[in-house]
Formats: sequence, C-alpha cells, structure tokens
Amino acid sequence: MKTKNLALAPCNIVVAGLGGQGVLTATDIIAEVALRAGFDVKKSEIKGMSQRGGSVSCDVRFGAQILSPMVPAGEADFLLALEPAQLEPNRHLLRSGGVTIDPSVIDADKLPQKKMLNVALLGALSAHLPMAEQEWLDAIGSAFAPKFLEENRQAFLLGRASQNTSVHATAAAA
Amino acid sequence: MDDGNRLLLSGDEAIALAGWHAGVALGTGYPGTPSTEILENFSRLGGRAQWSPNEKVALEVAIGAAFGGARAMAAMKHVGLNVASDPLFTVAYTGVAGALVIVSADDPGMHSSQNEQDNRRYAVAAGVPMLEPSDSQEAYDFMRAAIEISERWKIPVLLRATTRVCHSSTVVRPQARRDTPKAANFVRDLKGRVMIPGHARPAHRRLRQKLAEISAWNEDCELNRVVPGGKTFGIITSGISFMHAREAAPEASVLKLEFTHPLPMRKIAAFAASVERCVVIEEGDPYLLEAIRAAGIAVSGKPEMYRFGELDVARVRRILRADSSPEPAAPPGKPPQLCEACSYRIVFDALRRHNCIVAGDIGCYTLGVLQPFEAMDSCVCMGASVGVGLGLRHVLPPDQACRVVSVIGDSTFVHSGISGLIEMAYNPPPNGHVVIILDNATTAMTGHQEHPGTGRNLNHEPTGKVVLEDMARSCGIPRVQVVEPRAGSDAFEQALVEALKSRELNVIIARRPCVLIARELKEYEKRRQCHENEEPCACAV
Repeated sequence: MKTKNLALAPCNIVVAGLGGQGVLTATDIIAEVALRAGFDVKKSEIKGMSQRGGSVSCDVRFGAQILSPMVPAGEADFLLALEPAQLEPNRHLLRSGGVTIDPSVIDADKLPQKKMLNVALLGALSAHLPMAEQEWLDAIGSAFAPKFLEENRQAFLLGRASQNTSVHATAAAA
Repeated sequence: MDDGNRLLLSGDEAIALAGWHAGVALGTGYPGTPSTEILENFSRLGGRAQWSPNEKVALEVAIGAAFGGARAMAAMKHVGLNVASDPLFTVAYTGVAGALVIVSADDPGMHSSQNEQDNRRYAVAAGVPMLEPSDSQEAYDFMRAAIEISERWKIPVLLRATTRVCHSSTVVRPQARRDTPKAANFVRDLKGRVMIPGHARPAHRRLRQKLAEISAWNEDCELNRVVPGGKTFGIITSGISFMHAREAAPEASVLKLEFTHPLPMRKIAAFAASVERCVVIEEGDPYLLEAIRAAGIAVSGKPEMYRFGELDVARVRRILRADSSPEPAAPPGKPPQLCEACSYRIVFDALRRHNCIVAGDIGCYTLGVLQPFEAMDSCVCMGASVGVGLGLRHVLPPDQACRVVSVIGDSTFVHSGISGLIEMAYNPPPNGHVVIILDNATTAMTGHQEHPGTGRNLNHEPTGKVVLEDMARSCGIPRVQVVEPRAGSDAFEQALVEALKSRELNVIIARRPCVLIARELKEYEKRRQCHENEEPCACAV
C-alpha cells in the first residue's frame, strides 16, 4: 500500500471469515497492539451469529482520531480473509490500491498448528503496519494460553516473512 | 485491555464498569444481543448481577432495589423493553428512592433481532429522561450521569445504546471518582408507591412537573454540545449517528444531542438559527425530526429509505446530498446454520417429514426456517409459539389443525412460554395441541447464559431449578414426555407421531445439551456435586 499518514487519516482494516475461525480474536489483537502503540482505536464487530458458522466480519480503525467505528465501503486499507471464500463478498470494502491478505500467502504445512492460521495472517498484516514486532508478540502472548506462546510466535513470524515488503516502510507512524 | 488509564472497552463493558464505579447494588436483566455483556461484565468486576426469567421481572426486581434506596440497573435488548414496558410506565409515576437506570440496547439493521424498533419512543411514551451515548467513553460517562440524574430527580432514566455502541470497542478513560452510595433503607411512602387511581392521578402530575424541571435544566446541561464548523449547514444528531456524521461532513457545524428526552428545544432553536441549512441525522425513526419540527423549528430530515437499517458514513453522505437513488446491495455472506452436531436437526427433520405447521420462537432453533429444513411457519416474539400455535389450532380445518405444533426453546419457555401453557390448559383446542420444548440446557443464541431451568445462576453456580416437565404437569397438561433427540434413535419421532395422533394436550421435552457447551457442563456438574456434598471445592474458579 502507499504510505498513509495516520495523523491525517485512519488505518482501516477489515477481518473476515466464518464463525469459529478466530476472526474476533484476530481483531482484538490488532486493536490491542494499536492501543498500546498510543493510537486512538475503534473496533466494531457483529457477533450474534458467530458460533453458527455464518459469515463474520470485524472492523478495526486506528490513527490520531477515529470517528465512526465502521470502515466505510471502499475505504479499507487491508482486507484480511481467514477464509478464501470470504474475500469476494468483502472486496467492495477495499479501497483502490488496498491490500488483501488471505490464507494463500501462508504455507499451511509450515504452520505449527492448523488453528494458528489467524495468527500467521496477523503476521502478514503486521509487515505493512508501523507497530513493532515485539508489540505484536506481546499482544498475541496475552491473547492465548502461555503454552502456545512459542508456536504462536512461529506462526506469526511465518506470516510476517511472507510479505514482500520492507517492514515498517509502508505506513508512517502518527 | 489496559494501557495505563486508557482502556479499550466495548460499550457494554463501559456501562458495566460505570455501574461498578457508581456503586450499583444490583444489576438485573435477561440475555439479548447486543445487551448481554453488560451484566456478565458487571458480575466479573464484582457487582451483583442476576439473570431474571424475563425482562419484566428483571425490571421489577431493579425497581424494588431502587425503592429500597439502592442504585440499580436493568439491562435488556430493545424488544426486552416491550416485555418490561408494563412496570416501566408506572415506575415513571412512582419514581424511586435510590437510582434506577434501564439500559435499552437497540439493534438497528436487525443483526440479531426480529425487528428494529426505535426505543427512543419509549422515553417519550413513558415519560422518562433518556441519554444516548455514541461511543464507549460516553457509555461510561452517561451511565454515571444517568445514575446522578435518577437520584437527583427520583426518576428512572433510560440509557439507550445501539449495536454499534454496545459491540464497538473504543478508548475509555474512567473517572477517578468512585461513589459510595448511601445504604439501602426502607422508607414508607404509600401515596408515592401504591398506584391506586387516587394516588396515581397526583403521581402523573408530579411526573410531568419533574420532566418540566429536567427540560429546563437540560437547556444548560453540559450533556449537549456544539461542535463548531461552517455556517452554511449544520447537523443535529445523537448517538452513533454523530460519529458517522462528523466523518461524512467534517466541515459542518454539529449539535450533538446527548440528553435526548426531554429535548433542549431552546438550544436546538438557537443552533438551527445559527446555520443557513439544518439537517437532522438520526438512525431509525424520525424521533428528533418530528419533535424539532413540532416545536416550529425548520429542519430537514432523511429520505424515507434511510429509516431502514443502520446508518454509516456512506449513507450519511447520501442523506446530506439528498440522494435517494437505489443503494448498492452488499454481496451476500454465508448464512448461519444449525451446528452440524446440533440435536435440533433431528427435530426439524422430523417436523419437515411429517408436514407439520410449525409455530416457532426466538433462539438458535429459529434457523430451522432455513434450508435444508424450512420447518418453521411463524416467529413473532419470545414465547409467541405457544399462543400462535393454539390460535391456529382453534380456527384451522381439522386436517390442518392436527398438524400444528409449537416449538420453543428452554430459556424462551421460561421467559414467556409458561403463560402460553396455562392458556393451553385453560382453553384447549378441540383436537388438542403439541408443544415441543427444545431443551439444550442453556440460552444458546446469546452466548450460553444460564436460566432458571438450568439450576445455575449468572455465574454458573448452583441455585434453585425449575424442572420443565414438572412445570408442564402442574399446569394441567395430561401428556408430558421427555425424549432425547439423537442420531440413530427414533425416540423423538415416535413421541411426535403419538402426540399428533392423540388429540390431547401434549408437551414433548426434547432434551439434549447444546454441543458447544459439553465441556463447560461437565465442569458445572462437578462444581454442583462439590456444593451438594459440602466438600471444600477444589474445582471452584
């Protein structure tokens, strides 16, 4: 993505998937990292049907000041799809030049556990964002049981290494 | 999520925290999206929180606490306030000795509801003050303010939030002040609280007098504020619409109404006069628009198409352009469905094959209306399945009447199905009836809350239990059966066939715990056994 000045416009992220895939947890982690980095943050989720296998999507926005908690259609900088089939129904949310991240960027065989796909995709997303690697690892550490810490770290770094971008270069800090 | 004094909280969490900091002695409610997490979090913080069988009882318990001089809150979803509306309208007359805040969590766009009613109308209809937060900070601050207003004027206050306030997380800086409310103490007030007509007539006048005083106070209240901007056009708004409007039109002057009943009409008139053109941006009903216009203030509203569904930044931009061209349809997502291993699949499969006419109800099992079952013919409100089924049985020709069944979940049955069962015993249809209670031992749809039929309280600790089959028998239902619907067994289907043939009054309890909480149920059962044996409880959390 092109450089975005977070002092002027929020960073908009949509996380999409199916109930039970970890959409809510992934979104919580992004919001937590942004909060710890000192940004204003808003996260909006619709979870009424989240355990019944239906589509779930969450919006996270961070920057100097966030107003609406929902990412306006056509203004998402990133669309993170935990389920490939959820990419198309949500593509209209993406701005032109926005980045999609979906399971195809991860080599599933290298994942320590299949269910850590969401953490790996967070790793891929993190490569585009200004927050430090350690901030992500701290937030992931507090979101899951300590015994999964090392495996989650591996999953995160696997995703982070998947992106052809020099870390931190794509977005300017607030 | 805690970063020094900056917390990232959902609106529900913020309301719970404010209640805790304000010394709310009792929080009551019934689970309902998007309100459920208010009481769960209030309890987690250390507050005394209880699920009631339904919202009416919840509000009545909270009223009792507030009559006793305590600070109380009752939290429910918008349709829950319909159930609680009977006590609401009269507690507005009686007022309270302590504080009473009723949290109404509305669901514009119906993410998880059967209608999108706008509960701001209740504030007007019942005559209670109303506050509308637009983010979690305000949810926190306005909950604190609502308690103060309630205590100052001895009046119940409606805190009205919406899905995007309740279920959005935003940054909150809690107030340093922690309240220590005065101790509960009963003071007799026959004329104030016993609403016989002779007492209620002056009580109504007292209510209107209070509202007039509050209205005057609201004119200078810091709870409504102007965000200065250009003079060409101004926006009057409230709640979450404020956030969308500020983003859609950063150049506009905005009057942000926060204390939205009774409205500060002088302040509104002054704002409208300060701009060339004034637009009201509000989600749902034209509540502000109608009130402001009725006061003789010239403002414009939104095209009718924007009454439906939620507002967002894009829709507010369209309203400001007076654009009523068709909106792009959002691509369809994957609809939810009954879980693969859900035992209700067996029930709906049988109902479909036996060509039943199904009066349905509110819960996970409403998904029985979707493919592949399409085995539900009505769903109106909590508990309606029983009455609707009986009405159909009364009027349909016998070949159709004999195929009618009512299907209701365990939590929904306790909520408001019991009266229906009494109706069935009292006014039996000529060919009998069949009520199927789907008992999965939890309030599954809203995230697995307890209810009186589970025998566990809000914190999953053992308490008194309503045994559904005993309840049905005591209502005078002659044929009550408990069966387990599970793969490889035709027990449920047999029970259904016999009941349909019987021409008598039947209750079939299809009992099998929700597959999603199997692990938790084992844990709770272990705790219950420790509790019963009065053993030191190693499994206590």
